[in-house]
Amino acid sequence: MDLAFTPAEEAFREEARAWLGENVPAEPLASMDTPGGFEQHRAWEHILFDAGWAVVSWPKRYGGREASLVEWLIFEEEYWASGAPGRVSSNGVSLLAPTIFDFGTPEQKDRFLAPMARGDEIWAQGWSEPDAGSDLAGIKTKAQRDGEHFVIDGQKTWCSRGAFADWFFCLVRTDPDSERHAGLSYLLVPGDTEGLQARAVGRLDGEPGFAELFFDGARVHERYLLGGEGEGWAVAMATTGSERGLNLRAPGRFMAAADRLVGLYQEQADSRGPDLGRRDQVVGAWMGAQAYRWQTYATESRLRGGAPIGSEASFMKVLWSELDVELHATALRLLGRDGERADSSWMDGYVFALSGPIYAGTNEIQRNIISERVLGLPRR
Amino acid sequence: MDFSFSDDQVMFRDAVSDLLSKECPPEAVRAAWENDTGRTSGLWEALAEMGVVGMTAPTSAGGLGMDETDLVLLLEEAGRAALPEPLLEHTAVGIPTLAEAGGPVAEAWLEQAAAGEATLGAGASDGYAVGAAACELVLLIGEQVRAVPTDGASLVEHRSIDGSRRLFEVSGDAVALDADPALAFDRAAAAAAAQCVGVAQHLLDATVAYAAQRFQFGKPVGSYQAVKHHLADTAFKIEFARPAARHAAWCIAAADPDRSRDVSLAKALASEAVDLAARTALQCHGAIGYTYEYDLHLWMKRGWALSACWGDAAWHRNRIAVALGI
Repeated sequence: MDLAFTPAEEAFREEARAWLGENVPAEPLASMDTPGGFEQHRAWEHILFDAGWAVVSWPKRYGGREASLVEWLIFEEEYWASGAPGRVSSNGVSLLAPTIFDFGTPEQKDRFLAPMARGDEIWAQGWSEPDAGSDLAGIKTKAQRDGEHFVIDGQKTWCSRGAFADWFFCLVRTDPDSERHAGLSYLLVPGDTEGLQARAVGRLDGEPGFAELFFDGARVHERYLLGGEGEGWAVAMATTGSERGLNLRAPGRFMAAADRLVGLYQEQADSRGPDLGRRDQVVGAWMGAQAYRWQTYATESRLRGGAPIGSEASFMKVLWSELDVELHATALRLLGRDGERADSSWMDGYVFALSGPIYAGTNEIQRNIISERVLGLPRR
Repeated sequence: MDFSFSDDQVMFRDAVSDLLSKECPPEAVRAAWENDTGRTSGLWEALAEMGVVGMTAPTSAGGLGMDETDLVLLLEEAGRAALPEPLLEHTAVGIPTLAEAGGPVAEAWLEQAAAGEATLGAGASDGYAVGAAACELVLLIGEQVRAVPTDGASLVEHRSIDGSRRLFEVSGDAVALDADPALAFDRAAAAAAAQCVGVAQHLLDATVAYAAQRFQFGKPVGSYQAVKHHLADTAFKIEFARPAARHAAWCIAAADPDRSRDVSLAKALASEAVDLAARTALQCHGAIGYTYEYDLHLWMKRGWALSACWGDAAWHRNRIAVALGI
């Protein structure tokens, strides 16, 4: 056990910090859930990619710099500390890409990874349906084989950034007689497919951050099948490991937010005097971010030793999603009468954070997973 | 950045774990509650034989020259077994503090302590020294670290809710040591954090096992979501306290500049974890857990005591705030 960063890791941190210091936009970008803000964020992804910082841990062949997982965590710490914009490409880069690395054919890797990393093709997830949310295995959208194509009919919903996305990764039922986890397949669907319509839905903040997808005889070629036909559930579970665990929400994001919260408390205490009750809530948020940090580095060491991430990802998902809510709620209380104002980044962050305990499997589902698959309690 | 333990460290842990599972069953802990010293019979000697008791002493003093990163796994095991022996006071605090101080007190006591022939106690100067009557020398940690030989000292005993912890107010002829009191305190707090993690893990494991085999309404109570989520929340607290506690041990061994802040992180998280584990364990056991005959309370009460001593969660959260400049 040596919890010091190596000289190489420290050098990597310095390089990332220096580049971010020079290149992070001085003015915040517009919301990525508006048409204009979406394109601003896409342009930022081009800048990151062209400088080699979009996907640091990926192979060079796809635009990465083959950084270690520890270096990626360091990059995330520096990225969020620098105040850099949110990542509009994250559904592709953080969720789909690890699944493509595991299950994709060489042709699929060459076709999809670099354009995804550069933000040329932005991906959205098409999994949930009106009657299948937490109970994902209840999905009904059908994809019937017709020669080399699948013909999709059905409806998907709650697709984040689906109103603007270029591609969708969808879980569909390719065996019409199947039930539950069997007979599903993982299909990559071009957004401009005939018979696919995306309708924007306003999210809690009023911006069109969601979409509903309507499939009416949409034809998708079999080369866009990720993993085997009928094996979609296993492929999807690899994606959920990324969504809940290491990839989507690294500790750096919350460490940076907690540091900003400490700064906000300091400002408020300077003008209004100390408030020990609120101060303890600030400390609680800082502790949560640090606890996540050390648990993540410990998990990384286990993974390096060959252990799978598995159901333990649910611990991480519960931690970061509930921490994010508490942290922003604390900030709003610190703001006093300004807490309800709509024009603060803390309110934007709070509204966004409230989605965390719901998406990627609700936290009630995560607690079921922890109790049944980590602790081994009986399912029924 | 590497959290993995070496094969030697894991083997040492496994050897101690084997010893404790054989020699420190709940009956041995109960016996310690009832006897004169609060200690087990023969276990400290067996640990000395394995090198555990003096492991933190330099090899020149007869120890193994090991540090906190070697010790932290054993402290977790001690908590898991509710070991009623002074691994915290003697091995985690006393020996390294004497070794740091040097001078005549170290010359007089360090080799004996490393060999397990003399037992060192430790207490915060505003707290109690646990088991002081069975120690030869007690370190009182406050503005300074002061060493008090118990021979001739005044010892006032109080009962702890944990019957194996004999609480003493110690006063007597003290020698101030040339040792950093903040470091000595952090050694104790970090060791208590690691023990809290072990106690919490046992409480969780025991409760999961019970909930899987206790049937009500025709089903195991562990199949009900209300019970499951209590246990998931407890597992969650332990999952995040453990790496923080191991990190705190490393901070001491590596003389990290953020040591005090990050020891406080560990102790606050570990105290909160064991507090929740004790509540959950009792609630999910129901009435059987509320009995004196059932073993659960041995760990619950150890958890209460360890959570509160060497700074409780609120004390350490306050220290974090100060370290953050707020």
